Formats: sequence, C-alpha cells, structure tokens
Amino acid sequence: MAGSQWELPPELCCRPMASVALTGLDVTYNAVHRAIWDAFSANRRADRVPISFKVLPGDHEYPKCRTKRTSYEWYIPKGILKTGWMNKHLNLVPALVVLFYELDWDDPQWKEKQSECATKVEIVRTSLQGRNTKVAVVLIQKKTPLPPGEDLVASERASSLCNSCDLSGKSLFVLPHTDHLVGYIIRLENAFYEHAQTYYYTEIRRVKSHKEFLNKTTHQLLFVRHQFKIAFFSELKQDTQNALKYYRTAYSLVHELRAHETNMLEIKTMAGFINYKICRLCFQHNTPLDAIAQFRKHIDLCKKKIGSAELAFEHTAWMSKQFQSFGELFDEAIKLGLTAIQTQNPGFYYQQAACYSQDRKLTAGGVCPAPDPLDTPTGALDFYGQRPWRQGHQSIDPPDPEKERTGILALQVKERDVPHSELIIALLSNAVAQFKKYKCPRMKSHLMVQMGEEYYHAQDYTKALKLLDYVMCDYRTERWWGLLTAILTTAVRCAYLMANVKDYMTYCLELLGRASTLKEEQKSRIQKNLFKVLKNEVPDPEPECDPRGASAGAALWKDRVSLSGSNQFSMEVQDYVPFIQCKARFLAPSFHVDQPIRLQVFLRADCPHPISFNKLSVSLSNPGYNQWCVVESSGQDNMCLSPGKTSCFSFNFVAKTQDVGKKVEITGVELMLGSGRWLFLSWRGAGGDAASAQEALQASRSSRPRGYGSEAWQEGDWNSLTIQHSTMIISRVPKISVQLSHQPPALNNEMYCITLTVQSQEEGVARDVRLTAGLKPGQDANLSLATHVTLDSTQVCDEGDPALLPDIPLGDLNPGHKVERCVYVRCVSTGPRVFLFHVAYSINTSVDGQDINCNCHKDETATIETVEPFEVSAKFVSTKFEPLDRVVVDIPFVLMTDLLSSSPWPLLLQSSCLQLDTMKTCTPQPQSQLQQADTSLNAVCSSLQVVLQTGECASECFCLQCPHSADVSAAVATGQYVISWRRRGKRGSIQAVYKLPSFGRVREPLPVRYHIENRTALVQEVEMAVRLHILPGAEQQMLYNYYPLMAGYQSLPQLNISLPRCPTANTHTLRRFLPQRIFVKPQGRQLDEASIAAA
Amino acid sequence: MAVCISVIAKENYPLYIRSVPTQSELKFHYTVHTSLDVVEEKISAAGKAMADQRELYLGLLYPTEDYKVYGYVTNSKVKFVIVVDSSNTSLRDNEIRSMFRKLHNSFTDVMCNPFYNPGDPVQSKAFDSMVSGMMVQVS
Repeated sequence: MAGSQWELPPELCCRPMASVALTGLDVTYNAVHRAIWDAFSANRRADRVPISFKVLPGDHEYPKCRTKRTSYEWYIPKGILKTGWMNKHLNLVPALVVLFYELDWDDPQWKEKQSECATKVEIVRTSLQGRNTKVAVVLIQKKTPLPPGEDLVASERASSLCNSCDLSGKSLFVLPHTDHLVGYIIRLENAFYEHAQTYYYTEIRRVKSHKEFLNKTTHQLLFVRHQFKIAFFSELKQDTQNALKYYRTAYSLVHELRAHETNMLEIKTMAGFINYKICRLCFQHNTPLDAIAQFRKHIDLCKKKIGSAELAFEHTAWMSKQFQSFGELFDEAIKLGLTAIQTQNPGFYYQQAACYSQDRKLTAGGVCPAPDPLDTPTGALDFYGQRPWRQGHQSIDPPDPEKERTGILALQVKERDVPHSELIIALLSNAVAQFKKYKCPRMKSHLMVQMGEEYYHAQDYTKALKLLDYVMCDYRTERWWGLLTAILTTAVRCAYLMANVKDYMTYCLELLGRASTLKEEQKSRIQKNLFKVLKNEVPDPEPECDPRGASAGAALWKDRVSLSGSNQFSMEVQDYVPFIQCKARFLAPSFHVDQPIRLQVFLRADCPHPISFNKLSVSLSNPGYNQWCVVESSGQDNMCLSPGKTSCFSFNFVAKTQDVGKKVEITGVELMLGSGRWLFLSWRGAGGDAASAQEALQASRSSRPRGYGSEAWQEGDWNSLTIQHSTMIISRVPKISVQLSHQPPALNNEMYCITLTVQSQEEGVARDVRLTAGLKPGQDANLSLATHVTLDSTQVCDEGDPALLPDIPLGDLNPGHKVERCVYVRCVSTGPRVFLFHVAYSINTSVDGQDINCNCHKDETATIETVEPFEVSAKFVSTKFEPLDRVVVDIPFVLMTDLLSSSPWPLLLQSSCLQLDTMKTCTPQPQSQLQQADTSLNAVCSSLQVVLQTGECASECFCLQCPHSADVSAAVATGQYVISWRRRGKRGSIQAVYKLPSFGRVREPLPVRYHIENRTALVQEVEMAVRLHILPGAEQQMLYNYYPLMAGYQSLPQLNISLPRCPTANTHTLRRFLPQRIFVKPQGRQLDEASIAAA
Repeated sequence: MAVCISVIAKENYPLYIRSVPTQSELKFHYTVHTSLDVVEEKISAAGKAMADQRELYLGLLYPTEDYKVYGYVTNSKVKFVIVVDSSNTSLRDNEIRSMFRKLHNSFTDVMCNPFYNPGDPVQSKAFDSMVSGMMVQVS
C-alpha cells in the first residue's frame, strides 16, 4: 500500500520478546539437532516463556559494539532514535547465546572434546566483544544422566569443563537425547529466560548510568532516547509496568524538545511511536480509558504542530495514521475481549483517520506544482523522522536552502502519486464496519455517503452510485430532505458522467420534486436537461463536474443518443418523491351495481416549468375495466401539467353484474412522458409517494378547512386529498318491502305462525322472487335442532323439517303487487331465536344506456322469544282431600292435576286425557268439568273448553283406584296426562269446534256437530256450502250425519269454511284443529259393551 | 456559544436547523443526523429504567475532533441537539443545560400557538431570534 512512509515500523508494533541465539545446531543434516530445534520453535503458545529463538552458526558475526563513551561533554546527538536500534535488539543482538555440543560424560576422547568446546565458546565470546550477552553451553548426551551426586565422574568433568570454558556452573546444561525431549526443552528455556532477564536488567542499568553525564542544553535528544531505550528493554524483560512508566516519561520529554520546522517531523514521528507504545501497553493492561486519555492528550498536543505549510499534507497524513493505528489497537483489544460502547468504539478513530486523509488530499491537491524531476535522495534514514537530504542535522535553519526547496518539491511530487481515495475508502469502510457493530445506523449511512463521494472523486461511478443508492432511501424515510438533495446532486453527476439514462432521469425526477431543497434556477436547469433527455438529446453537463470528465460524459451521451436501442423506460416512482404527484380515488367507498363507478385521478407537477404528457392510464384489479380509464393525447394537443396546479381526470364505467360483492381496486397509475424517448412513470396502487403519507397526516392534524370527501373538490389543499384506492360493488337497492306479522312470544311446541307480506315498488316486473325463511344461520347449533320450519299448517311439524327453508319460489311480482306467505315455526326449546326472511329477485334495469340484469335481495330478521305455555303439577289426595304419599290397594283416591298458565296469551285447553297404565278409574261417568268422556279401556279423557289467562290455574280431579297386584308396596306407574291446547284468539274471527263421538260403528249413524263461533265484534259472513251470517259472539251449529260403511280408521269429510270478506283467512288455520280421521268399530257385539263395563 | 442548534421531530425528521453561516451547513446536518443514533440509544436505555423520572437532558452525545454534540429530549420525544465548538472551553455542563431550558421554553411557546401545526417546520420569528441569541456571533 502506498503511503508506506507513514506506516509504523513493524519492530515497533510487534510484542518485544527476549532474543536467544542457538548455535552449534545442524538443523539441516542432523536429525537429532532438527528435533531439538523443532521442540524449541514449534508450538510457542502463551504458556511458554516469551523468547524468540534463532539458529545461528557458531561463528556468526554479531553487530559490533561501539566503544563506550566515557564523556558526553563534546557529544552532540544527531537525532532521537536510530532507525536500526529496535531491530538490532529484537533480532540481531541476543540476550543469550547457547552453544550446543554433543558430549557424553564418559566420552573416550573427553580431553579433546573439552578443549574443542572451549574453543567454540571462545569464538562466540569474541564475536560478542564488548556486549553483556550471556553465553551458555548445552551438552547433548545420548545417555540418561544419573541423579545429581551419584555420578562422580560427571560432576568432576562438569566442573573441569566449566573451568576450561570460563563458565559458571549455572550456564552449563545437559540435554539427554531421550524420550522426554519436550520436557527437557521446556526446563531449558525457562533457564534461558532467567539468563535473558538478567541480561536486560544489566542493559537497563547500563543505559541509566549514562544519565549523570548528560546536560539539559545539548543532550535533550538523548534524554528521550535513553528513556525510550530503558522502556524498550523493560518490555524485552517483560516488565510492562515499568516499560509503561518509562515510555510515559519519554513521551513528556519528547514534547519538551525545542520544536522548529526542521525537526518537527522527527518530534512528531517519535511522539507517535511512544504514544503507540503507551496505548498498546494500556490496552494490554486492560486500562482502555488510560489508553484513550493518552491518545486524546497526544492528539491535542500534536494537532497544532503542522510544521512547514508547504508540507501540510505530511501533517494530515501523520494525523490520519495516528487515528488509524489507535483504531487498530482498539479493535485488536476488542478482539481480545474488551467491550466497546456506541459512543466510544474504533469506528470514530477510523472515521477521523478518513477525515484527515480527506484533508490530506485537499492540501496535496493545493500545493502540488508541476512535476519537477529530481534525484530523490535514496537510501535508508539513520534516524526516524528526519529529512533524507539533511540527516543528522539538528539546527533551526536548514543547512542548504536550495536543497531544502528541491527536497520539498520532491516530496510534493511524490505526494501527488499517492492514491488518496483508495486510502480514504479503506479507512471509511473500516469505520462503517465498526459503526454497524455498535448500532449507529445513521453514522454508517453518513460514512457510506462519504465513501460514495470518494468513489465519485476516484471516478468509479458505478461503485459510487451503488453506495449512494443504498443510503438514499434511509434519508428519504427519515425525511432529511437537505441531505437527500446533497446525495442526489452527487448521484446525478455520476449518472451524467456514465451516461446512464435511467438513473439520470430517476435522480432528476427527485431533484425536481418537492423534497428537493435546490434553488429554483437549479431546478429549472435540471428540468431543461430532463426535457432534452426525453427528446433523445444530450443534456448539458452538471456544474462542478471536472471538465475532462464532463467531455467524456458528453461523448458517452452522444453514443447513447445515436444508439437505436430501447428508448422506453419505465420507473416505479412510489418509493421516491417525484416531481409529479399522483393521487387517485374512487368517489365513494362503494357503488351499487346500477350506478356508474366514478374514479378521479389527480396529478400535480412541482417542477418549475409546465410539463406535457402523452397518456394517462389507470389499471384496476379487474383488467376488463381498464379500457374505460385511459386518457390519451390526440395528435398535437398534448396534455399539460402546470407547475403548482392540480389537474383532475375523471373516469366513469359500469360495473359488471358478476362483480357484485367484489372489490375493485386501483392497482396502478401510469403516466407516459416524452417524445423521442419515452418515460413511463408508474405508481403502484392509487398513487402517493415516499413523502405523501406524512403530508396527509400533517394535513389531517392541521386546523385548516379540509376539502376532501366531497365531489365538489376543486382546487383545495392537495395534501388533504385522500386516496381511495378501492371500492366495493354492491347489489342494487331492492325496491320491495317485506313485512312480518306475528304475535310474539312463541310458545314452546306450538306451531307459531309468521305472516310475510312482500310488496313490490319496482317499476318493472320483479322476476323469480324467492323466499328463504327460517332460523338465521350462525346461531347456536342446538337451536337448529330445536327449531322446525314448514309452510304446511296442516301437519304439526316434526324432526324431519329443517330449521331453514331455502329458495321458496314466490313467482314473479308485478309493479305494485304484493304476495303473502305464512311460515310456521315450531320451537321445541325456550329462549330467543333470530329468524331470517330473505327475499331475492332479479330485475332488468339500465345504467348509462347499458341494460343490465341485477339481482336484488332484501333481508328481514325477527327475534322471537319462546316461552313455556304452562306448568303442570299433579298430587295424590284421599277422597277427603288429604294429601297422600302412598295409596292403598282398592281404596279409591283422587289424583289432582294443576295447570298453571305462564303464557302471556290466553290459552285454550282443548282436552286433557289421563292414560292410565295399571290403575283404574272409579268414576265411569265424566266429572262435572268433562263434557264428554270416553271410558273405554284405561283412559280418562276430557274435552275441555277452558280458557286460561296468564297466571290462572286449571285443576282436574280423577278418582282412581289401585288394582290388586302381586307386588304390593311396589311403586306403581300412574300413567300419562295428555293435554291438548292452543292459544286462544289466534285464529282471528271464526272458531270452529267440532263435536263428534270418539268412534263410530259400521252401519250406525254418526252425528258430527260443528260449532262455528264468531268471536269478533262484527257480523261475519261465512260460506260453508251455504252462506251464513253469524252475529258477534253468536254460535252456529252444523250437524252432519255420517254413515260409516267400513271399519278401521276412516277419514272424515273436510269442512270448508271461507270468509268472503276476508280472503286472507282460510280453512288452513281451521284444519289444524279439526279431526281428520275417526275410528269405526266393527258392527256391534253386545258382549263387548258388557265386558268393558265389567272391567 | 453554539455553532448549530436544531429541533428534531419525534419521527426524527428536522423541524428546525440553524447553523453558523461561516461553515458548511451540510456538515452540521450530517452531524445532527448522526447524533440521533446516540439519542435513540439513550432514550431506549432510559425508557427501560423509569420513564417518568427520566432526565430530559441527555448530556454529551459524542465527541468529534472539532465539535461537541449535546442532546435533550422533551417528554413528547421532540429532540434538541446543540453543537458547540470543541475549542470553546467556557461552556460547561450548566451553561449547556440552561441553553436547552431556554430552547425548550421557547419551543413550548411555539407549540402553544394555535396556528402552529405540530410536526410542521418551526418558522416562528420569536423562536428564531431566541436561537440567534444562543448562536456564536459572527463578526
């Protein structure tokens, strides 16, 4: 990567580790040595001591040690820190040199080997002349050593070897080459580590000892240098606490140096190095706040130290690097487990680094002169941060002004070749990654905008547009129009320079829109450009494009224009804020099928100049209607939208009858613009755009008068115009009346009659009128089992009848006519029910000249309560009316039944019947309340004519006797008590009551008497074979004599009664209560009679 | 004094932004917009704790090299953001607080205007002149 001049040296950034050199190992050809070396070098995990090992030949030349200075009196330092120093102590000068030598204690040639070893040690010592580096010897032995003290030969020979090599006993090691190599190696390296520690300790002492010779006037640089060295040695010694302390001292000393233009770079470079070390150690000590504080201090101190104005870019480059490397340290620490927060994360440092890089680019661009060929001083620097053409120079004024000038020029030329944008983009993308992590979406967007702009400057327009497009929608949804406009302005330039027609038009569209904060004249310029594009011409270049790029862009446009490719562009503008706004609405949320559906499209242009269009079309969810919703310019007269004005386009169409009950939705609006090149703007749904929802909300909050909802909307407030994107097609309003007449509540088990009257108010014939009547669906499921509906009044309906009778045909209905129907309902449980009466018919009508056949229907519902008509209770009493709880065989007793009416209507009790199982009645003759009793078999029946009002009670007594039974004192079943009843007065005017014997006999006359009673207050005219007049309250009797000819059940002739004055009343209602059959017994046998009497 | 004063709607769009004319207006727009990240985070953190006793003043939102950005949130979630120059060391927390209080009072007056529609950009002259008084005076 370019800009490497500013990179921190690798020896600064690494973690310093004690350097130990291993000599005497032949790792290439000797397998044992190779294994030893591998054990040292491989798997250096964190639990092993921090040592960096090197294999060196025995006669390796170590860097020469300069002669030690005894006095600093005449010494003037040339710089702060030599460039090679750190590397020298990390890699070149070892803390310890270890000599490996193969020698067993019982080696036969011990003497020779010992002296060879001593020679090798001597060679190493010589090449380390003057250094404090330790030397150690490791004997590689084939035999496992005996425990210490047991091998006398070994201890004797060890001490002799120490003597000959001039080694202390602590520096001689034995490495048996056995199975436990790694274990021995680890013990060895721990011992080496101790030696290295001692070495660095002495080095620190040595550097410290120089201090007393220094004076503050001439040796200021040395103070810094020495502190830095002490700190660095401390780090090598792994004493990071002290290292930090010394670095801090060094840092404060470096800022005490006298700074001037010539040494500014050196000071800043060193300050940067030391700062880096401090921050690194602080993060390592897990004190990130200290690191941040140090960095802030560093930046505050150095921010103003710009140095030479001609080389201002150097300062910004350096600043950028400071931020970047701190960001990297911070990031590194996070990877090792530090937690950062939203407001303090590495992203800020990368961002600031990018910011300085941008400044650097600006300053570089500002000062760069024409290229001036110069022999750039080559070669490495002696000291960090110095000028190559005046190394080691420390005075205030440059030694050679001419050389200084050319040097600066050379640097400036070099700066020109730096790929600034690349650097900036890399930094920005680092920052983006950080801010993404720390929940800063807006910061991320902002940085992406900067990246996009940088790509634009780097002329990578595709990438620029990609980034800008990505963030644009964030700014749009957050409604920061100023920022959106700024981004669009950059984007439109990119699109122009790439001659990307579609993007260019998209951005223009939005820049002309109401969200754009551009000035009117700029909008005007953009609109003129857009017109040119729509005419397939070359637009004018955007201002602020650099001229070379602009001409290239213009050439691309010319190619594009001459290219005969697709010149139609369609654009979804819903998600932008385009300069043409569209709102469509149906005039009502629902239309009857016999009304034309009315639709309005409102268009409004926000651009400075009028704009014409060719075609406006609306697409609906049913494409069949689309043909009615198009408006197209015919020839010359283009349709035009004036700036700031609202244009309204109305469409009418007739709904199809099969769409009744369906929704019609506006699925899109399309507007066609252009001549030569066509642009289709399309809105999904019924218009609106990225900003219109909020505007409508604001308008609804506003206290200004509103203008929507009414058809008379003229030129009111655009924002308060609401979109109605769908409408419901509903069936035609029926012009019939449906009336119900009935007398609630219904009584449990009765046949409840509901009379329905349908009257037509239509102008035409209502055809195919159908009635659906019954229990409204959707109620309790049990209700449908306990409700039965029938049209047939003659039969008491049973379980077989449904709860809902569908589609009862009522025929056609002429205008003004009416039809009546009775529906009978039997409810076998109490409680409320909802009944539905649905009358449907079809009729022909015309809408807008079109004939349509509409289906209409009308629903009526009635809620009917069902109540119990009466309560029955029975008790046993003695013949003296004393209550009994048991009865005695053969002693007569009385059964009393009570009927308590709870019906709101008077009840007519028609008959009651006690059907006995085992008991016998002892009153063969009917009681006083019975008019006729049939004493045959075990039945006591009475035909009552009692009317019970609400709350009244009817009682009956039966005198019974319990027969002999085998099983005395067992419970005896009494029998069933059957009551026939109906509500009274329900049948209106005429009541027919029959009197007929309970049975007939073959060939015996059977008198049947009908009593016709007039219960109304009017004289009634009745037709029953003859025409009669019955006075109010009077009764007419009709006696018929039948003559049965066959035995068994015979049907009786039907009595037909009609009231000519009242055609609605018919015999149906009567028939329910008249018997239809009679049992005819075979011809008489007197015995029968006698046997029954006896029983 | 401040270099930029802004009022941000509950939905995070700007109701009012005023910055010193000497510097790029766009830059301040970006600064205010990005500071909303921190405002949102602080509101949501405070919302969890105790909504009633939340302090309106949010303090320093984030430091940049050149500016300090302070935030304040009214009970109706309208945000005030004040940007001051980093070099301006005379402004302490207390001064910033009182600036926000003044801003809040003046904004309340704007809201009380029956002709002002909440959510519309602030165009009040009284508010404008109050803000001018808090801005760095450009000589």
